[in-house]
Amino acid sequence: MAKKLIHVTVNGQSHEVAVEPRLLLIHFLREQLNLTGAHIGCETSHCGACTVDLDGQSVKSCTHLAVQCDGSSITTVEGLAQNGVLHAVQEGFYQEHGLQCGFCTPGMLVRAQRLLQENPNPTEDEIRQGMSGNLCRCTGYQNIVKAVQYAAKKLSQAAAAAA
Amino acid sequence: MIPWPFEYHAPKNIAEAINLLGQYGGEAKILAGGHSLLPMMKLRFAQPEHLIDLNRIPELRGIKDTGNMIVIGAMTVENDLIRSPIIQSKLPLLAEAAKLIADPQVRNRGTIGGDLAHGDPANDHPALALALQAQFVLTGPKGKRTVAAADFFQGLYLTALAENEVLTEIHVPVMEKGTGYAYEKLKRKTGDWATAGAAVVMQVKGNVISKISIALTNLAPTAMRAEAAESALLGKELTPATLDAAAKAVMAAVDPAEDLRGDVEYKTAMAGQMVKRALGKARMRCA
Ligand SMILES: Cc1cc2nc3c(=O)[nH]c(=O)nc-3n(C[C@H](O)[C@H](O)[C@H](O)COP(=O)(O)OP(=O)(O)OC[C@H]3O[C@@H](n4cnc5c(N)ncnc54)[C@H](O)[C@@H]3O)c2cc1C
Ligand code: FES
Ligand code: FES
Repeated sequence: MAKKLIHVTVNGQSHEVAVEPRLLLIHFLREQLNLTGAHIGCETSHCGACTVDLDGQSVKSCTHLAVQCDGSSITTVEGLAQNGVLHAVQEGFYQEHGLQCGFCTPGMLVRAQRLLQENPNPTEDEIRQGMSGNLCRCTGYQNIVKAVQYAAKKLSQAAAAAA
Repeated sequence: MIPWPFEYHAPKNIAEAINLLGQYGGEAKILAGGHSLLPMMKLRFAQPEHLIDLNRIPELRGIKDTGNMIVIGAMTVENDLIRSPIIQSKLPLLAEAAKLIADPQVRNRGTIGGDLAHGDPANDHPALALALQAQFVLTGPKGKRTVAAADFFQGLYLTALAENEVLTEIHVPVMEKGTGYAYEKLKRKTGDWATAGAAVVMQVKGNVISKISIALTNLAPTAMRAEAAESALLGKELTPATLDAAAKAVMAAVDPAEDLRGDVEYKTAMAGQMVKRALGKARMRCA
C-alpha cells in the first residue's frame, strides 16, 4: 500500500516521514524514531503502558495509527524532563517509590502529567479514577497515588511562587 | 499485532466520506475512535481494504441544544459528553453513564457514534439510547433518514446502517425536569464492559409511576428494552412487591451469553439486581 507523508512534532522536534497506513503510533515512535520510552504491554488497549500525549490528550498509542497524526504534536516520556531537570511527576515517582519493575512507569508518568493539567488539585479518588487506564502489576498503586500527590503539591507550590 | 494492509482516506466533509463509501463499498470500513475497530483489525478479525477516517470532519463533532432535542454529532467523544454543560443539565443520564465507559484514555478517542454503530451488545450507549428514546440520523448517497434507536439494533454486530451510510447525528429528547434516572453497571474492574447493565428513566405523578423506560446492556444479542418490566410498573407505586415483579419480568426476558464474566444463571440474577438498583436510585431522583 502506498505510504503517506506525515508531518509530526515529537517532544518539540519536527519530523517529516512517509509511513505505511497500518503502522501503529507506538511502532512509529519506538521503531522509526527510536523513542522506546513508551512500552508495549498488552497490545489490546487495556494496560496504558503505551500512553503518550497527543495534542494535549492522553491516548493509548497502540490503538492509534501514525498516519492519523499528520499535523499533530506528541509528547512521550522522553519529553518530560526539561534541560536535565526532572518533571515534577518524575521526581514524585522517584521520591515516593512509585515503581518497582518500571514497565508501566512511562505510561504512568505521561498520564499523570496530563491529569495534573486537567485537574491540578485532585483528590485521592480523582487520582485513582484519572489513572484508571494505566495498569501496574507490581506496586499495588498506593505509592503511585502518593507520587501523583507529591507532584500535584510541587506543581501548585511552583505555580504559587510564580504568581 | 499489526493490521492487514489497507488504503487510508481522510475525507474533510460528510459528502466526501459518503462518496468514498460508495466507491469502495464492502471493502471499506469507517474509522471513528478506533477503539473497537483497531483492536479487531490487529487481531485480523477485520481486514478492510480501505479505511475511511472521520476524524477530520469537524461537522460531525459537537453538542447542540435545539430546545426539546439535544443533537449530538456522531464523532463526539465520551469525555466531551461528560464535560458538556448541555449534557450535564439536559441529559444527566448520559453524562453520568459515560463515566462508566472504559477509561480516561479510551474516552478521549471513543465516540458515541462508534459505540452505537459497532452493534456490540456489551457497549453501553445502545441501552442508554433505547432508554432515552433517541433517534439516529443516517446519511447516505440519497440523503438522510432517521431511524429510532428501537429499530436500529438488529443483531450481534448488526445494525440498520447500510454499507454506504454514515451515522451522522444522534437526536435525544431532553429529559424533563423532575425525571428520575440511573444507570447501574456491574463490572469486574474499571474499564470493563458490563457483566449486566440496566438504564432506567422514569417520572412519577404523586407516588405513581407515570412514565418509565428500562433498557439493558449485555444481556441479549442486542441491547434491549424491558417492556414487560415497564408494564409491571406503569401506573403503580414503586414498592418492594412491584420492584420484585419488575426484576422477575427482566430475568424472564433476558438471554445472556455465557463468557468469562459469568454463566447464564449468574448474569440473569445480576440483571435482576441491576434493575432493582437502577429503579431504586431513579425513583429517589424523581421530583
Ligand atoms: C479497554 C477498553 C474498554 C472499553 N470499555 C467499554 C465499555 O465499558 N463500554 C462501552 O460501551 N465501550 C467500551 N469500549 C469500546 C469503546 O467505547 C469504543 O470506543 C466504541 O465501542 C467504538 O467507538 P469508536 O469511536 O472507537 O469506533 P470505531 O472503533 O472506530 O468503530 C467501531 C465500528 O463502528 C463503525 N462506525 C464508527 N463510527 C461510525 C459512523 N459514524 N457511522 C457508521 N459507522 C461507524 C466502524 O466502521 C466500526 O465498524 C472499550 C474499549 C476499550 C479498548
Ligand atoms: S500496549 Fe497499549 S494499552 Fe497496553
Ligand atoms: S512497576 Fe512493575 S508494572 Fe508497574
